[in-house]
Amino acid sequence: MTAFSLKIRLFSTLLTVLFLAIFSTGTMAQEAGQGHVDEHTEELNVSKVIIDHVLDDHVWHFTDNAVLHLPVIVYSKEKGLDVFSSSNFYGEHHEIVPYKGYKLEENKIYLQDTGESVLDLSITKNVAMLLINAALMLIIFLTVASSYKKNRLKAPTGIQSFIEPIIVFVKDEIVKPNIGHHYEKFLPYMLTLFFFILFGNLLGLLPGAANLTGNIAVTMTLAVLTFIITNVSGNKAYWAHIFWTPGVPLPLRLVILPVEIVGIFTRPFSLMIRLFVAITAGHIVLLSLICLTFIFHSVVVGGVASLIVLFINLIEILVAAIQAYVFTLFSCVYVGMATAEHEHH
Amino acid sequence: MFLTLLADIAWAIMGAGIGAGLAAIGAGIGIGRIGGSAMEGMARQPEASGRIQGAMLIIAALIEVAALFALVICLLIWTLG
Repeated sequence: MTAFSLKIRLFSTLLTVLFLAIFSTGTMAQEAGQGHVDEHTEELNVSKVIIDHVLDDHVWHFTDNAVLHLPVIVYSKEKGLDVFSSSNFYGEHHEIVPYKGYKLEENKIYLQDTGESVLDLSITKNVAMLLINAALMLIIFLTVASSYKKNRLKAPTGIQSFIEPIIVFVKDEIVKPNIGHHYEKFLPYMLTLFFFILFGNLLGLLPGAANLTGNIAVTMTLAVLTFIITNVSGNKAYWAHIFWTPGVPLPLRLVILPVEIVGIFTRPFSLMIRLFVAITAGHIVLLSLICLTFIFHSVVVGGVASLIVLFINLIEILVAAIQAYVFTLFSCVYVGMATAEHEHH
Repeated sequence: MFLTLLADIAWAIMGAGIGAGLAAIGAGIGIGRIGGSAMEGMARQPEASGRIQGAMLIIAALIEVAALFALVICLLIWTLG
């Protein structure tokens, strides 16, 4: 064995150990910070810990002491625009105090005197995660594009050699077979969709990260975008098929009409629910297994739970990729159905 | 009246537990059938085993999401109860 191959084996072994260590202990360290505050006899409210972890928050908890108080940006007709740090909402003993006429109830901000809700444009955990995701995508793809231009006649190197096969996979396996001709019009959106969901899912699995694609508002936005693109690019055959199904007797057409109209909306709805449920349920399963250790207060259970959590984390990485693939695939199928050329019956 | 309220919550949480179990059964049956057909197809034609394996993983993810949907609803019942 040459010295070079030995170096590669050492490097890959190191990388594997680091990878396994991060995914099995990182989440446990974070949970240990959140669980016990003062006394050892305090009961651990498992469901609260799990729900707090998968939902959005104004404060980003890394450990019990290392928290990041994200800015609060609220607008209301009575008080106008207000920008302040969310640390103002927490008193000395981590209890929630009202501030400047606003109060925080169940992580939502209301006006203190009237109890009305305000327009909340804060940078919360999920918004910060979304910005990180966008920045990551910009960095990676601008690099790939520039190296594609520089290496025009040479073999790809560096990150281009990692990303380019995935782009070609999305183009040739997902977009082209399902949309057919004119697929170039939809290719940028489908590629962005695929990589946004993929990076969002994978980033959410890192220790201390926020649950970005498990937020139903994010998945609803992606589904609404697909809905808009599908229906704006629908051609006459598509709309004729929905409202006046050809080749079917007249009474049946009136029965099919409401079904088809509801069908326009259930397709993006299913896209939204599928991604949200897959990612959120994965996080909930992981957190439940980690909390098992803290319910039993046993090191043996901790060791076994760590191994199971590691295994399920690897499955979650697979699920992250599969859910990105499935979302993009179904989006392409719907766009393909909307832009299909009229077949002669 | 307070006792009947507690009894209602107890019934609801038991229902959530049974629902989660039924969801697991549903997922097990569905993915088991997919796996069985995939194994049979791969045994009949080993050259296509790569494509069959890829399709099997994707369909298993879709079925699993349906079961997880029921699981999330059961978790919702448990946390609200």
